[in-house]
Order: sequence, then C-alpha cells, then structure tokens
Amino acid sequence: MMSALMDQDSSGMFKVQQTIGSVVCCKCGVPMPPNAANMCVNCLRSEFDITEGLQKSIQIFYCPECGCYLQPPKTWIKAQWESRDLLSFCIKRLKNLNKVRLKNAEFVWTEPHSKRIKVKLTVQAEVLNGAVLEQSYPVEYTVRDNLCESCSRFQANPDQWVASVQLRQHVSHRRSFFYLEQLILRHDAASRAVRIKQVHQGIDFFFGNKSHADSFVEFLSKVVPIEYRQDKQLVSHDVKSSLYNYKYTYSVKICPICREDLICLPSKVSSSLGNLGPLVVCTKVSDRITLLDPRTLRCAFLDASQYWRSGFRSALTSRQLVKYSVFYVEPPVGEATVGGQKYALSYVLIARESDIGKMLTVQTHLGHILKTGDQALGYDIYGANVNDDEMDEYRLHGRLPEAILIKKCYDKERERKKGKPRAFTTKKLPMEMDESRGGRGVDPGKMENEYEEFLRDLEENPELRFNISLYKNKNYQESDETASMTDGEGAPTVPIEELLAELELSEEGEGDGEDDMDE
Amino acid sequence: MATRLQFENNCEVGVFSKLTNAYCLVAIGGSENFYSAFESELADVIPIVKTSLGGTRIIGRLCAGNKNGLLVPHTTTDQELQHLRNSLPDSVVVQRIEERLSALGNCIACNDHVALAHTDLDKETEEIIADVLGVEVFRQTIAGNILVGSNCALSNRGGIVHPHTSVEDLDELSTLLQVPLVAGTVNRGSEVIGAGMTVNDWTAFCGSDTTATELSVIDSIFKLREAQPSSIVDEMRKSLIDTYV
Repeated sequence: MMSALMDQDSSGMFKVQQTIGSVVCCKCGVPMPPNAANMCVNCLRSEFDITEGLQKSIQIFYCPECGCYLQPPKTWIKAQWESRDLLSFCIKRLKNLNKVRLKNAEFVWTEPHSKRIKVKLTVQAEVLNGAVLEQSYPVEYTVRDNLCESCSRFQANPDQWVASVQLRQHVSHRRSFFYLEQLILRHDAASRAVRIKQVHQGIDFFFGNKSHADSFVEFLSKVVPIEYRQDKQLVSHDVKSSLYNYKYTYSVKICPICREDLICLPSKVSSSLGNLGPLVVCTKVSDRITLLDPRTLRCAFLDASQYWRSGFRSALTSRQLVKYSVFYVEPPVGEATVGGQKYALSYVLIARESDIGKMLTVQTHLGHILKTGDQALGYDIYGANVNDDEMDEYRLHGRLPEAILIKKCYDKERERKKGKPRAFTTKKLPMEMDESRGGRGVDPGKMENEYEEFLRDLEENPELRFNISLYKNKNYQESDETASMTDGEGAPTVPIEELLAELELSEEGEGDGEDDMDE
Repeated sequence: MATRLQFENNCEVGVFSKLTNAYCLVAIGGSENFYSAFESELADVIPIVKTSLGGTRIIGRLCAGNKNGLLVPHTTTDQELQHLRNSLPDSVVVQRIEERLSALGNCIACNDHVALAHTDLDKETEEIIADVLGVEVFRQTIAGNILVGSNCALSNRGGIVHPHTSVEDLDELSTLLQVPLVAGTVNRGSEVIGAGMTVNDWTAFCGSDTTATELSVIDSIFKLREAQPSSIVDEMRKSLIDTYV
C-alpha cells in the first residue's frame, strides 16, 4: 500500500502521489475540482460574459460579377463560399477581437441565397483572479451586393481596355508569330489579356491594366529581340481630385531577322564582330540573334540593343530557299560545336534540282548530316536577285560563294507519311482575325501552308521544341508510325516522350494534368 | 448556526476577531455593529472583550488561543496585556511570546486539544504553545502553504481547509487532528478560510459574501445545527466548580 502512494523520484526522495480532491461550487453546490475561482463553469459563465462588447453582427459587401468581398476602403478580396480566405476575411472585419483570445472559428451552414454568413467563434478570456473562461458565440454577417469598380467599369463599356501592346514584325511570313504564340501559351503570358487581335504583320494584345501590359512586354523582351516605345492618350480627367485616366499603347517591333535567313553584314557591323564574313546565316533567334559564318564556323551573338543600333535586314529569307541534290560529300575538314549544335565544315558536290546539269562545289557547314543522295535546301546566291548594296559590292569583287546550303530536306520521306495525322497537336491562342481591311487581310490558305511549314520546323529542330508544349494527338494511332519506321530512315518526328497529355479541365479546377508517358 | 456579518464593510471576519470556547476578542471598530453582532449571539455565555494588539485592529491574525490560554505577540503593549488579563476569565492564561514570526494567528491553528504550527516556528515557541494552550503541536503545511493559521479554520468538532488540498493531505491532517476535515471555501470562493471566518464549538461567524452553499458546508462540518451553547459551557462550569472545591 505504501508503494502505491509513494514513488521514488529521480533524486531519491519519496514523493507522495497527490490526488486532487473535490470541493463544492460556492454558488450552486455541485462537487467539482477546485479552480482559481472555486465556482463551477456554469456559475462562472452566468456571472461573467466575456463576449460582452464584441461585435455580433456586421455588414459586408460582395461583388456578384467577380466574386470578391470588399475590404474598406478600396481592396477587393477574392474568396470562395465557405473557404479559408473568407473565414480570415470575416474575422479581420470584426473589431475589438484583440481583447480576447480567439481559440477556434468555423462556419455555420446558411442557405446560400439567404445573403447571410454565420461564423461560430470560440474565445478565451481571463476572469476573476486567474480563472480562464472559454465561451463560443455566433457572429452573423449580412452580405450586400455591390459591384466592384472594375466590374462596374466593365459593365458600362465591355470593350474597355487601358493598355494595348501592338506587336509587329515587318517580314512577309508569320513564322515568328506561330512560335511566339506557342511560347506565350506555355508561359501563360497573355492570360490577363482582355482581347487578342490578329492584324497584318502582327498581333494586338489588349489589357485592362497597365501593369499587365508592362509585364507582357517584359516577357517579350526576354524571348525575342524587340524595340518598343510607349505612348499614352488622355481619356478623361477629374478636375477636382486631379486624377487623369489614360490609355497606354506599347508599339513593339520584333527584329526582322529570322532563323535560316541569309544576311550580308554591313562592313561596320562585320568589323565590330571581328571581321565575321560578310555572308552569315542566322541560326537561332531568342533574346539574342545568333549569326553563323558558314565558311569559318564562327558564331556571333547580337542582342536587341546591338541589333537596333545598325538595323540591317536580311538579304535572302526562307521564301527564297531552293532545292539542291547532293552528289558527293567530302570528309569534313573542321568541326565545331556552336551553341550546343554540332557543325562540320566540308566540301560538297551539288546541283540545283531545276538545273541538274550544272554541278557546283561549295563549302558547307552541314557536313555532319549530309550524305550522298540527300536533298538539301539552300540559297542560290549566283542566281538570286537581291536588293542589297553591300552584296552587290562583294559580288563585283567576286568574293561571294555560289550557293549556301541551309538545311537538309526531308520531302522524300514525308511523301510516305502524306495525309497521315501527326503524333502531336498544338494549342492556339484565342485570336480574332482582322477582316476589316479587305486587301491587306490575311489569306487563310496561305496561313495553312505556313503553319504546316512551322510544324515541320518543329519536328526537325529539337531545340525549337524546348520551350513549347506539344500535346498528344488523340486521333493518332501508333501502329502506323512503327510500320513506316521499318523501311529505313524516316522523316524526323517528335519522340513520344516529349509529348504532354492534354490538360483536362475538371470540376476541381485546373490541376497539373501534364505527365510524360513512358514508352 | 453560522452568522454572516461584516467589519466596516469588509467580509474578512477572521482578521478582526478571535472566537474560542471560553472568550471572544473583537477589534475596536468605528461603529458598534460588529460588537453587537457578537453580543447578540454570545452575550451571557462567554465574555466578549474589545481590544487592540500592538495598536492594530487585526487582532485575529496576531494572536492564537483556545479555552486554556491566549498567546499574543511581542508587539503587544503592556496596557493591552493588562487589559486582557483583567477582562478574561482567570482560567485563561495570557502569555506574551518573543517570536520572530509575530503574526501568531497566521502561524498557529489550534483547537482545545491539538495545534498546527508554521514549520519555521522556534523550538521554544513550540514548547510554550504546548504548555500554555495545553495542546499537542504538529508542524504542518496545508496545500503546500506554510501559513497554516490563515488556510484553515479549526474547532473541536471539525475543520475546513484550503480548497486545493489534495485527498492524501486531507487524510493525513484529519488523522493528526482527529477531527473530520473538508476542503472548502468561504466568502464566495475565497481560499483564505482562516481570515474569512471564525468558529467555536457551537457557533461560527462568516463574511457576508458567503454563499448559502458555503454556509451549509460550514454548518455541516462544524456540526452547528444541533449544537447548544449551554450544554458545552455547563461542562466547563462543572470543571470550574470542581476546582473551587
């Protein structure tokens, strides 16, 4: 019995176990364990009301258009019905809540269209020489409908935009815009655009907020070399409070040099880049232009500001590419790796498809992929009619090569796949077509061809696909692909591992639907 | 039956009065109300003495006594001592003691047979207590508190202790004191029982804040309902007559 009452603690002393006795509540006489006030909880509660002086009902404003709640004076907070955000917003609106300690808060169910929100709060406060009392009480919020400023402005004039970005590239094709469209989709840069409109040689983006337009222009400057200027136009002005409402316009020009363009550098630029041969090929356009000299395999980078200082234009663009047949490829005399891409310098024997009789021996940087019997696309400098003074000068001095090959042609392989759908699809931005201007409007047939070429480009160049999301084509069957692969080298295609599953928008909202499928 | 009263609007009755089976001491208040309340209960039974101790009115906390004697602190003046000796019955020995802890009412809780003392009390004081009061002295704490006199109210028939006293402590004290004990409160939940009330074998006085529940607890533990003063005092008288003869 002794051992039950006493234990030996760590210091070796006997300590008697203490059981709390019970006393009667001094008010109602119910037996209870003693506490600081020596009153049972009910008696304490009846005597002291800790919720006295706390707000029990309050009015809040809600915008039915955008689902936001007003936090005065001007902030609108977006919150879902019975969400954590709404709960913290409701609690913040209560005054005097710092006098007591908030233990717990939860929603009580109310009819959704009753325009009432009920929150049950549990608070703790100290009463009467140290006794802590806990009490819960309901707070009722009356919800009143009130359109927020942006929604009311939108209601008044739905086409209202505050800032617009006019993106232009003065070239005859729209390849850059296709690529840019995919980039924008991948990075969600135009998610806040109110309207997107396609115009001749460009795209217009309209935003509701100047900062959105600002961030979009910044995004653009990171992916393509651009030059822009910003202008504003006064819409209205409030004399008394001196508030001015403007419409901002950003006029953005993309550099007209594109991939696979042939450029004849002006002598100043050429010497500033270390005497880079006058003829260069543009191999990559990101926020910098990469220029490759096909004769020396030397590379130079120009960023936007450097380019716009001289502002040269390409001599020959991809429209002017012609087909060549390759008859013989000599072993490479030099190799270089430029920007992750391997190049090999070698001499090849080629002839133009349309003029097979005339054989040319030219130097090319594609020695690593060309083989006898291939077809290649290149520029016929000998026969081209170029409107370029610099080039004419060089031609006089006889220092121009007769042809420059740009890329390998896969037309023969594509013949086999003609009419079969591709393994991947792409998404498009919601653009309006510009039909207002008759003659200068975009021709849909031409657009189709250009888009097809863009897709072929994507297939051939893995580095282009780096920043783009390609989705699996649901209609595509794998069996066709494997059948064609068995007969020799097929046309380049996008490997299945790089394709993303389509994003399924379900009720829970956009989850991360992207997953890479393993073969 | 327990009575509710106030001393100058203060409910701490045990501070301003000392009640034993043989006498009652009260403090000198501005009005006679306090004294009258005691008088109405105790008039012909035991002498009620108005006094101060060391010039103060907190006499309940400064002195400790039972029917055999009264101990007063060293701060008591000679006049007060003489006044007490004159007013109290001859059977009661009034002794002034030299003790560092001068609030004897806080340090000693006693009835006619046994006393609880502050653990730091001098050895000599303990002997004097045993001698003058005729009790057995135990050094104890109540609910971990060393001021035993303030934390309990004791009579020959029962006692109330601090509400936070554990069950084991209660049993131990009850065994020592040989009376039933209960943990309770007085004056609407006040834990300082000794200062809130004063009690003897047939009557008790509490502050007016005391709730009915507390009053019923007091009545039951001190067995006040069936107690008649005459029977107890008659027994005392018998012993007195004995000594005469």
